[in-house]
Amino acid sequence: MGLGSDMYRQQILDHYKNPRNYGELEDPDFTHVGENPSCGDTIQMEVALDDAEETIEAVRFTGDGCAISMASASMLSERLHGMSVDELDALDTDDITEMLGVDISPMRVKCAVLGRQVAQDGAKIHRGELDPDRTRTKTEE
Amino acid sequence: MGVQEQYPFDVEAARADFPILDRKVGGDPETPGEGPGDDTPLVYLDNAATSHTPDPVVDAIADYYRGYNANVHRGIHQLSQEASVAYEEAHDTVADFVGADGREEIIFTKNTTEAMNLVAYAWGLEELGPGDNVVLSEMEHHASLVTWQQIGKRTGADVRFVEVTDEGYLDMNHAAELIDDDTEMVSVVHVSNALGTINPIAELADLAHDHDALIFADAAQSVPNRPVDVKALDVDFLAFSGHKMCGPTGIGALYGRESLLDEMQPYLYGGDMIRRVSFEDSTWEDLPWKFEAGTPSIAQGIGFAAAIEYLEAIGMERIEAHEDLLAAYAYDELAAIDGVEIYGPPGDDRGGLVSFNVDGVHAHDLSSILNDYGIAIRAGDHCTQPLHDELGISASARASFYLYNTVEEIDALVDAVGEARDLFV
Repeated sequence: MGLGSDMYRQQILDHYKNPRNYGELEDPDFTHVGENPSCGDTIQMEVALDDAEETIEAVRFTGDGCAISMASASMLSERLHGMSVDELDALDTDDITEMLGVDISPMRVKCAVLGRQVAQDGAKIHRGELDPDRTRTKTEE
Repeated sequence: MGVQEQYPFDVEAARADFPILDRKVGGDPETPGEGPGDDTPLVYLDNAATSHTPDPVVDAIADYYRGYNANVHRGIHQLSQEASVAYEEAHDTVADFVGADGREEIIFTKNTTEAMNLVAYAWGLEELGPGDNVVLSEMEHHASLVTWQQIGKRTGADVRFVEVTDEGYLDMNHAAELIDDDTEMVSVVHVSNALGTINPIAELADLAHDHDALIFADAAQSVPNRPVDVKALDVDFLAFSGHKMCGPTGIGALYGRESLLDEMQPYLYGGDMIRRVSFEDSTWEDLPWKFEAGTPSIAQGIGFAAAIEYLEAIGMERIEAHEDLLAAYAYDELAAIDGVEIYGPPGDDRGGLVSFNVDGVHAHDLSSILNDYGIAIRAGDHCTQPLHDELGISASARASFYLYNTVEEIDALVDAVGEARDLFV
């Protein structure tokens, strides 16, 4: 099939139907919610850090959206475990498409990177580097 | 008898006027995994977003640029005269098309949205205040909803929404409750771009006028595909866009009653809309030019008129009958698929579009998969976010039809929707 259906390989569909790390943490260091205004996809990421606040110890996400955004957030949640905060900051769009293992059509890239954006913005707000009022997203109380 | 034999006009002959319908897109569902290709016939079912442009309209635009391109109302020279006459006569064509009294009642705008804003600014900001109210419906497009919502905030006027019933119709009892002596404007979509509902504009006009309120019909989804007469609907304002009716983008029309337009102050100031200017003050040009400041969309206006001539040659009753046929067929075929939920009124009582969801398949995923089959549909909230909130969904898929669509194209849609569902189940 072409680009559209090719995006829906088994791995994507599996993560969409059986999302990993789905839910909330009891005591997250930060929680952040992001929305993709063009399609209404919403993702919340909760992250717990180690005492030094350098390494990600636990991640949970919840959300509502298309298979691409949900599968991407699910796969990202697995990858973030044990990742350093610096490595999270450095994740770019290519890393996400590589993680997904499929070509993402240009109109759908925003869906694929939403989870990454939410995690990165959440971390920046947590460190005081980003004004929550100046993001498209909002921090949960 | 096949549905095709019920076509009210020669659809294949009409398709020949639209070369874009012959192009290939996307990939090939027969050769999975080979990535994007360019070998699948286009099935264009996104006409409520924009329609395609037939050769006679493209030719009319090209003829203007190749033959008599000039600014209007400025030059004494021959090209300017020719351009001015064609541009002015385009207003007459539009006026005749919707039953207006003349060009004085037809203002060319960028699109329906700008027409809505013109009235909201030129009339709303002047006339509305605390204690007044504007009545909309829950199925308004953002063009009307956001505009009146914000004008309401600026003027202190209350903005009210007539509820939509579970069947997708306007609750006319609720409309009768909401429209009262403090109502100044009733602004309602004629045919819903999300539900396909055909709203009873004439009935709402009676309600509005009984309370000395005005009525504005958003006719973006009705004028392209059915006979619309401003006198029969008894509306005070009505707006529509050229690009949804075989015309170019960048042009639309506002119909307004001449007596109302006469009283309204200009919305945009500048050249072409003035009669006399001094350093101290200015006076305005006659209607409709008072509302068309600056160099207008000349080629687009001429193309708009050519589009109307194209539609009239087929006949608006026939186009409506064809859309009715396709909508009813698509509704029945889609409804027969397990897990498909359709929004809005029954298939035999709607405009030519069907919005739906497939259980377990997000509308964006569905649209991506259909694209592989060459099928173009819309996925999202169709600029009706509050309505989607009411429906309890974040997005829906929408197939919308026009005069050149066929039963075979709907069959292709239905097959592909089934394939997409199988992929996810």
